[in-house]
Amino acid sequence: MAAVQTRSERALNRVAIAAVLVITLLFLAPIYWITSTAFKPRNLATTIPPTVIFEPEISPFVKLFTKRSQLRAAPEPEDYAAAPWWERLVFDGGEKVVRSGRGDVQLSGYPNRFMNSLIVAITSTVLAVGMGTFTAYGFSRFKMKGEADLLFFILSTRMLPPVVVAIPMFLMYRAVGLNDTHWGLIILYTAFNLSFSVWLMKGFIDEIPKEYEEAALVDGYTRLEAFFKIVLPEAATGIAATAVFCFITAWNEYAFALIMTNRRAQTAPPFIPSQVGSGLPDWTVIAAGTFLFLLPVAIFTFLLRNHLLRGMSFGAIRK
Amino acid sequence: MTQIELRGIEKHFGAVQVIKNLNLAIADNEFIVLLGQSGCGKTTTLRAIAGLETIDEGDILIDGQPVQHIKASHRDIAFVFQSFSLYPHMTVFENIAFPLRATRGNRADIEREVQAVSKTLQITHLLAKRPSALSGGDMQRVAIGRALVRRPKAMLMDEPIGALDAKLREEMRAEIKRLHIKQGSTTIYVTHDQVEAMSLADRIVVMHEGVLQQVGTPHEVYARPANMFVAQFVGSPVMNMAEVTVSEDAGHARVLVRGAPTAFDFPSSLTAQLAAAGAENGNLTLGVRPEGVLVSREAREGFVPVEAHIIEPLGSHDIIDLQVGAQMLRARTKSGFVPRPGEAVWARINPAQAHFFDSSAGTSFGIRL
Repeated sequence: MAAVQTRSERALNRVAIAAVLVITLLFLAPIYWITSTAFKPRNLATTIPPTVIFEPEISPFVKLFTKRSQLRAAPEPEDYAAAPWWERLVFDGGEKVVRSGRGDVQLSGYPNRFMNSLIVAITSTVLAVGMGTFTAYGFSRFKMKGEADLLFFILSTRMLPPVVVAIPMFLMYRAVGLNDTHWGLIILYTAFNLSFSVWLMKGFIDEIPKEYEEAALVDGYTRLEAFFKIVLPEAATGIAATAVFCFITAWNEYAFALIMTNRRAQTAPPFIPSQVGSGLPDWTVIAAGTFLFLLPVAIFTFLLRNHLLRGMSFGAIRK
Repeated sequence: MTQIELRGIEKHFGAVQVIKNLNLAIADNEFIVLLGQSGCGKTTTLRAIAGLETIDEGDILIDGQPVQHIKASHRDIAFVFQSFSLYPHMTVFENIAFPLRATRGNRADIEREVQAVSKTLQITHLLAKRPSALSGGDMQRVAIGRALVRRPKAMLMDEPIGALDAKLREEMRAEIKRLHIKQGSTTIYVTHDQVEAMSLADRIVVMHEGVLQQVGTPHEVYARPANMFVAQFVGSPVMNMAEVTVSEDAGHARVLVRGAPTAFDFPSSLTAQLAAAGAENGNLTLGVRPEGVLVSREAREGFVPVEAHIIEPLGSHDIIDLQVGAQMLRARTKSGFVPRPGEAVWARINPAQAHFFDSSAGTSFGIRL
């Protein structure tokens, strides 16, 4: 970059910064909306114009996690007094927490769906990245017949939109009993992410000079040892970037999850919108569910941010 | 104590044959340099010895044992790459210790060995650093340290200083030579730089298009090149080559450069030697290095008049292009000996430095005058 900037360059720079700011705000607006709604009292969630300044509360989260029923009349004062602070928040909203015969609090469907999402997304990411790394290493380091065709074939599995294969997949899954199971979704997401993982990892591994492994080979290591001691650490950046992409895909996937699962293995994406349709929607609860759903990807991406940044500009700044 | 022997090595990359029937015996503690242009098969030969490349035919023997079917990791040979190939995610210490950890020696031994080798290479102060923080020369010192640390049977080096700048290259050349004298391990060194080859080698192996051209000490390769390729590849500036016809006249052999008006005088024994070697006019090439072309500023007995065409002053000496017929003959003179281009001078060829080659086959007739 030139050390000296002309006046027009400086002006152009300012315009560019302003444009970036506007775009960033545009992108952040929905996230702000969801986040603020998740902490709003119910009566402020749907005001026009939207309420910007309000006293945040966590009643939407309490409602999100508990099974509730409508109250016809105000609660008995002694019930209200005996209830813990979080249950009072539900009373205040004109609802009560459903308890079992023994008095245990009944959970809503959300925590389970959230756990399902975590299990499916993490397992399929580990599988897709692990198998993808091995496969990519093979493609990168060994000559084989029809290498280009095979790679293209792997990529071609991404060419059909999921909706097209969803119905046949559903029928096949029903036949083998994978419907509404964690493994069913894990296998699907792994298969879907694998092609992407192979291609991305091949690019990263191609960038690692072959001499590193050759040096390890003559230094007395086997190829497998060289792979684990040299290639994997060198490919850490690529693995992190690939993992983030695979995780996001698996975490956000909606179409397959909607069709393949309903109760036992349902993930959060099809569950959250299903709540909109049941009676008069409580938007604060839906916003709370969406807000929590955004967190894992945000945290995961944040933890791997250094790797990711290097991964994006791989080859450009390395060496 | 390591001898390496190559017997009838053949190697193809697809349809291209990169090594053709290569035979070579390397003695213990010898410093061998494989010299040739890129693509001549020298690096492939080196990688085959290390076990990084398979061979199609022949045997590679280390201490009499065939190793061509043994994996690289079991050949106990160290390899230094042109790209240094230091592991970026490890410190210098870990890099040097890496080969020792393969054999799972104990911590204290490893520490001691690494310290010892880094002391020899004067890189002790770098041990905690990462390779990316090192200069090119230091990287190569570390790479050599990693190769030396487990006392391998042999050291293989593939253009180890080719990536360094000229000044550093000279420094490292001296360092490698010093190290070899001190440590004395069988070393095979690949380079395309004939100066490196001349200065380092006990013996030079010249290769061209997968075929071994000549094996000999630097002096042998320089003074008695086996063919026109070796003659022109080794030495700078390049050896002069000219098609000549030889005749006998009044007790002298007369060597006439094609198209030149006057012939050079040679001792009469030349004709007999050429006849004995089976050389014929019309298929005869004269080779002479610039220092074998003698230049005089006045007419003298046995000197032929020529014109100085271009003068390249190089400080310690000048290189002068002399026009002989249609040919240019490059001569080496004292600096400033011929003051201006275009000047008429007289030249003679020193018979002791003349080489005669078969023009079509390229081989030397081996004539010494």
